[in-house]
Amino acid sequence: MMPIGHYLFLSLALLLIGSFGVIARRNVIIVLMSIELILNAVNINLVAFSRYYGEVAGQVFALFIIADAAAEAAVGLGIMIAFFRNRETVLADEMDLLKW
Amino acid sequence: MNAPGYFLTHLWLIPLFPLAGAVTMFFIGRHLPKSAVNFFCVGSVLLSFLHALGAVLSLFVLPPNQRFYQQILYQWVTPGPMPSAVGMVNFAADWGHLLDPLSCVMVIVVTGVGFLIHIYSMGYMAHEGGYYRFFGYMNLFMFSMLTLVLANNLVLLFVGWEGVGLCSYLLIGFYFLKKSASDAGKKAFMVNRIGDAGFLLGILLVSATFGTVRFTANGLANPAAFNGIVETLGRLVMQHQLNYGAPLFTTIALLLFVGAAGKSAQIPLYVWLPDAMEGPTPVSALIHAATMVTAGVYMVARMSAIYQLAPLAMDVVAIVGAATAIFAATMAVVQTDIKKVLAYSTVSQLGYMFLALGVGAFAAGIFHLMTHAFFKALLFLGAGSVIHSLGGEQDVRKMGALRYTIPATWITFWIGTVAIAGIPPFSGFFSKDEILGHAFNRAAMLDRYLFLWAVGLITAGLTALYMFRLLFEIFHGMSRIPVEAEGHIHESPKTMTVPLAILAFFSIVSGWLALPVLWGEESPFERFLEPSLHGVETDTGKIFFAHHGMLVELALMAASIAFALLGLWLARKLYVENPKLHARLAASWPRLHRLLLHKYYVDEIYDALFVNRVKDLSTALGLFDSKVIDGLGVDGSGWLTRAFSRISMWWDKWVVDGLVNLLGWVPKSLSMPVRMFQTGVFSTYAVFILIGLAVLLGYYGRHVQTFVRSLH
Repeated sequence: MMPIGHYLFLSLALLLIGSFGVIARRNVIIVLMSIELILNAVNINLVAFSRYYGEVAGQVFALFIIADAAAEAAVGLGIMIAFFRNRETVLADEMDLLKW
Repeated sequence: MNAPGYFLTHLWLIPLFPLAGAVTMFFIGRHLPKSAVNFFCVGSVLLSFLHALGAVLSLFVLPPNQRFYQQILYQWVTPGPMPSAVGMVNFAADWGHLLDPLSCVMVIVVTGVGFLIHIYSMGYMAHEGGYYRFFGYMNLFMFSMLTLVLANNLVLLFVGWEGVGLCSYLLIGFYFLKKSASDAGKKAFMVNRIGDAGFLLGILLVSATFGTVRFTANGLANPAAFNGIVETLGRLVMQHQLNYGAPLFTTIALLLFVGAAGKSAQIPLYVWLPDAMEGPTPVSALIHAATMVTAGVYMVARMSAIYQLAPLAMDVVAIVGAATAIFAATMAVVQTDIKKVLAYSTVSQLGYMFLALGVGAFAAGIFHLMTHAFFKALLFLGAGSVIHSLGGEQDVRKMGALRYTIPATWITFWIGTVAIAGIPPFSGFFSKDEILGHAFNRAAMLDRYLFLWAVGLITAGLTALYMFRLLFEIFHGMSRIPVEAEGHIHESPKTMTVPLAILAFFSIVSGWLALPVLWGEESPFERFLEPSLHGVETDTGKIFFAHHGMLVELALMAASIAFALLGLWLARKLYVENPKLHARLAASWPRLHRLLLHKYYVDEIYDALFVNRVKDLSTALGLFDSKVIDGLGVDGSGWLTRAFSRISMWWDKWVVDGLVNLLGWVPKSLSMPVRMFQTGVFSTYAVFILIGLAVLLGYYGRHVQTFVRSLH
């Protein structure tokens, strides 16, 4: 059996790549994709610890998160389409309606 | 006295019929076809004419001194105490009718001529808009005029007087879209207001002097309960409270004459009548020739008892009448509008009537009023027929030789012309000769009347001149009608020519009522009127007429015929035999011709003296209104309000709002640094989250390390 550290490293890497994508990319579609990376980093963590402790709860949780990710992606893309229709843009730095 | 018959007891129906017609037209005339309008309006006048005829005939069969019938319909002004020259009296005025010889003549002339003119109008107005409106006004006029002549007191007479003035105004301005017509209507109305103011003062003075406005107690069942002017006057004179020539009588007579001069177009108030020709021609015939304008003559004759006691006022009436007669006749000679010539002729003939009244020949004045009503209505209707056949042309310079194309109009116009010119045996000769004869007889007593007689005689010549000139220019000589209009000339319809023929008949025969004068007898017409006009007996003064022999009377007649023929000869010379002569004559006296053509510039003088001064006053008052009332009062208070509100606004903006803004400004400036974090871009917030995560990791780093170490 592979030591758990490898899984955690992969998870950490995905988290950092995803975080970078969320912070640095302008295109909101890519930001949504980066959020998927972060969620999958969490999933890897959960499945890895589930195996490590020999308990199934972590894997069940991972399934929940996959469903959640699907819902989030659907809602996020829906918002984006509506937004694009109004503003004709998908660039994050042009979205400043939350200001003040 | 026999019991009065149907026609006398139903005297009130005479004015009521036209009133009913007018009311019908007012309410539903718009929706009625022309035939229904004819039925109501012409029929109502016919009914009134028949009733008038019946009433006059049933009065005529009575003995002369009983030819009075008076009925009181309604006590209109109820009795109340009033101080007067005869002591405290119970003043009252009625809505009542008086039929005596004087009103007999008037009522027959008004309904008879009025009926013929209504028939004529059916043809004349056939192609005009506002047919029902025209007949409604005409019927309203008939009602007012009949109220005027049948009134048994001065106040009711004044009601009719104002009513005819109103109808005159409405009918002059019948074509109210035409500026000149509505202006002429206003002019007539305003000039008449001047006269009416005098008349009203006269009525007030009469009531203050005699304590009554009722003409007479004659013709009532119980005359003792009724104060008439004539009876009161008789008592005052009998008791020598007021005598012949008393200043009070002169004042009353002059004030009443102011009203008469306004209504009957005498100097200086005649200016409205020529302008009144803007109305439709039947209106000119009925109102401005035959009936309404003679109301002044009627009123003075009605008040003759007072005039006979005021010699000074009589002189004024005579002089104004004579001056108007000759003045207007000279203007008529040069006018080129067919209706204007007739209008000045009317003014001139009215002047004649006042000359008659002024010399004390009241019956002669009324006689001329009657014959004039026939022949002047005839002339106006004839002129209307000419205008109708020429499609609206009124300029005599564009007429000529019409006798071949419209012979019926020509013959009747010819009869009217001869009648007004005073050539026997036509009616104008008799009435004019009566007036001139009386003036001459008066002159035998007082030399100054000789001048009035001479003026009258010259005017007779001028009358013949301008009337024959009109006749020749329209019907004789060479045609000056434009070629394109020539083909449309047509004789007027029967509804127009039949009234012309009837009027022509009366223009001939109505003068014969004075036929016995020719062989030295008293005129039957004069004898008929005598009960209405004899006035009161007085021992302090009286108007005297000299009685000349037959030879002098005949010489007078010959003189007036000679002057009429002279006028005829002159007109023939100038307008038929040598048509260029009158133009040459005008050219050789350009200044005189221009003076006459511009009617002595009287309108211009009135404009300069009165009209423009009133306009100046109005302008000044307008300036006062706009500068002082609007400027100082309204605009000033507005300015003050604005100034105050500006101060208030400044306080509100800088002090009240300033405090509120300060309250907002303090937290706003304090929040300034915090606000910088809120960029609105979610990436920024993600950075903050990561920073927070990093801080948490840093803080709990040791535990994480321990946890990771524990994993194997």
